[in-house]
Amino acid sequence: MAVAEQRRELARPSWTATLHDWVTTVDHKKIGILYVVMAVVFLVVGGCEALLIRWQLLVPRSDFLGPDTFNQLFTMHGTTMVFFMGMPILIGMGNYLVPLMIGARDMAFPRLNALGFWATLFGGLLVYFSFATGGAPAIGWFAYAPLTERTFSRSPATDLWALGLIVSGVGTTTAAINFIATILGMRAPGMALRKVPFFVWTMLWTSVQIAIALPPLTAILIMIVFDRNLGAHFFDTQNGGSALLWQHLFWFFGHPEVYILILPVFGMVSEIVPVFSRKVLFGYEFMAAATAAIVFISLGVWAHHMFAVGMSKTEDLFFVVSSLLVSIPTGIKFFNWLATMYGGRISFASPMLFVAGFLSMFLIGGLTGIMLAAAPWNFQLTDSYFVVGHFHFVLIGGTLFGVFAGIHYWFPKVTGRMLSERLARWQFWLLYIGFIMTFVPMHVAGILGMPRRIYTYDADRGWAIWNQLTTIGALIQVPSFAIFVVNVIWALRRGRPAGDDPWNAWTLEWSTTSPPPSYNFEEIPTVRSRRPLWDLKHPDDPDWEYE
Amino acid sequence: MPPRGLVGLATRTDCPGSRMDLSLLLADGGQAVQDLSTFHPVSPPAESIRNLSILIIAITGFIFIVVEGVLIHSIIRFRQRRALETVEPPQVYGSQPIEIAWTVAPALIVMVIVLVTIRTLWEVNVNPPEEKPGDNALFVTVVGRQWWWEFDYDHYNGRPLGFITANELHIPASEEGVPRPVYLTLKSADVCHSFWVPRLAGKTDLLPGRTNQMWFQTSERGLFLGQCAEFCGPQHANMLLRVVVDSPQDFQTWLENQQRPAVEDAALHDGKAAFLAQSCVNCHRVRGTRAQGGYAPDLTHLMSRQTLASGMIPNDSKNLREWIANPQAIKPACLMPAFGLTDRDRNQIVDYLRTLR
Repeated sequence: MAVAEQRRELARPSWTATLHDWVTTVDHKKIGILYVVMAVVFLVVGGCEALLIRWQLLVPRSDFLGPDTFNQLFTMHGTTMVFFMGMPILIGMGNYLVPLMIGARDMAFPRLNALGFWATLFGGLLVYFSFATGGAPAIGWFAYAPLTERTFSRSPATDLWALGLIVSGVGTTTAAINFIATILGMRAPGMALRKVPFFVWTMLWTSVQIAIALPPLTAILIMIVFDRNLGAHFFDTQNGGSALLWQHLFWFFGHPEVYILILPVFGMVSEIVPVFSRKVLFGYEFMAAATAAIVFISLGVWAHHMFAVGMSKTEDLFFVVSSLLVSIPTGIKFFNWLATMYGGRISFASPMLFVAGFLSMFLIGGLTGIMLAAAPWNFQLTDSYFVVGHFHFVLIGGTLFGVFAGIHYWFPKVTGRMLSERLARWQFWLLYIGFIMTFVPMHVAGILGMPRRIYTYDADRGWAIWNQLTTIGALIQVPSFAIFVVNVIWALRRGRPAGDDPWNAWTLEWSTTSPPPSYNFEEIPTVRSRRPLWDLKHPDDPDWEYE
Repeated sequence: MPPRGLVGLATRTDCPGSRMDLSLLLADGGQAVQDLSTFHPVSPPAESIRNLSILIIAITGFIFIVVEGVLIHSIIRFRQRRALETVEPPQVYGSQPIEIAWTVAPALIVMVIVLVTIRTLWEVNVNPPEEKPGDNALFVTVVGRQWWWEFDYDHYNGRPLGFITANELHIPASEEGVPRPVYLTLKSADVCHSFWVPRLAGKTDLLPGRTNQMWFQTSERGLFLGQCAEFCGPQHANMLLRVVVDSPQDFQTWLENQQRPAVEDAALHDGKAAFLAQSCVNCHRVRGTRAQGGYAPDLTHLMSRQTLASGMIPNDSKNLREWIANPQAIKPACLMPAFGLTDRDRNQIVDYLRTLR
């Protein structure tokens, strides 16, 4: 009934009123949707950039793109996927779900929330505005100084890149502060911090990590803007600046960033695996501790991106040990997911299918990470295509598969309609096969000596076949994304009504209507365990007796 | 644009190459694919790394098989058989002994990896010794520049050398009982670069304002390819690198030739005058002449190099002529402009440069 009322309400206003509503909204659910839509648009843009890159590398000495265009494309591809796709989609999903999962009516600071979204969006637009000034920045997403100094990159594109990231960084930081305040201060009665749904726990720690790691990035971006425009010399090596300073500070942000992009996904997987295995999450406390451990350890691993800069053996060793240590809590998470599945009754509806893809592929990204953490081998592998293969296994095999699992899981809650399982399966298998075919050959090319970020290569290097496989794999992925978009549009119009709780799940968001009303809950629920809806459904055997 | 790779090397007939050129030409073998595999090391650092990598592949491969095995087993064994089953499976909340077990086991594996990594790290990162007579060691300072390599030859066998060349690093082969290590001092004149010849050693960065070291030695003669591995601007992809390992005798011959100033050929007086009259001299150096620029590759023995444009095109008179006419057509954004020379000047300059052996 509530669904029908909602529909009538939304159908009536004129498009200007609707637009006004969305632009001025401070509702965490609408802001969450705005984040996700923005991220999907940037995903398509960044994906097209990747396709152009792949087409150029299809054959040796290709004439398709020149060096300038190619370098701009990989810079924008990396920047887009990290800052305007990866983080916004996770923050957006967190925005939508966290208040619902903790039984709150909104985020702690709704207006700050809106500011965060618009800052992120306009930061992205500012970076893309560089195309209008004659070309995007061609500095790589980690923008090593002094290549970014005015001496070597004269166009204003680099300034727009830095300014855009400063603006969007403000948005991301405010979002993090908002999550921390919301999760610490607005939980439903009875929901102690050790009883929050696991996704909420990972959003809390992701936010802590953003709050620690993002300010150094903002600081160096301001420094490079000063260097370029006000004659400062922070990174200007010809005037006593330091090239290494940029690398240290960038990776002090850059490595935690990788965990910012994966921790919320760990949270989503930790929600989906139990529901579709029909079992409670195995070892919640250990999982929770592992999350915190990952956050702390990952703040001390940054220089494993810099083994080749010629650090002392002692420094190298420190970062070898810290980088390998991260694999222990990550392994704990993995084993607990497997233990949750073990002995369960697993249904492979689309969310769980994507989780299975996540588990099988993220493992590979983790294991190649161990290879890269061994400093001497890293001397060979760093800045080669092996690294490109590795982090795509983490960010696509990990983050993207996890995000698609989450989207398929919560889409019914957000829209009130079910996605087509048939289309979801097509989407999954095309993505899975295309993904393996794209990124496995990259590892081989790297081992065979192919550096990353080269716009062309000679035929006699023997890399052509691996690049061709990669490009074909990338092309196989294209219809997968198209099918996803079609599925969403189809489901919005014709999808089967979902009802409040289509997956027979256990967290609070499934207790309200789909989509939830703007106030989320008619009555703020009281909870006694980590699975309030389990308690409701099994009054004879509630969870709180065991926790 | 025709393919410009080095594949054209074997077919060129107009090249009045030296004996050494011809031998390399045969070694290149036309369309043959060059081997740059990190798994085919020919030098101690690269070998140590290969050994480490095989051990780590074995460990991670084992983890991969076990974990994916458990995953696939769970997926098959515990998948829902009947759609409508209402009774939930037994809820297991966790187990402290199991959690401790799968924390300790990975910790032990990590410890093993750390230990072997330490051993390899100490094998690979060797501080260079002081040069002394009879050490058979070659010391070269490598300066990374947008988008080519400058090689300043410092010492060999304890004797100072003091000449500069570019893009093709000649080193002597080690022999049974006589190792001939090569110690590189790495610097950058502009942005960050990285020296990578996969079969000889891992990467070491060249950073402005910093000095790095690396070393390798090999008894394998021939050509080893590599290239810059740190993004350094528009032509990063064509900052190619060639290491030529000569027999000790050939290396000695090459050294002696490189140490001499440029040859004087009275017949080409006009060409030399044309060269010296142009702005070439602001950037390039030809030892023994007024051309003393230090910004671009040293041309004193230009014709002893196999390639132009840091490894992009074979060094023959046709390519040299095209390169001088318009470098931007061959290597867009490179720092050498087209000077708009008259045909006569250009031909004279090419004829002169062709004598710089």
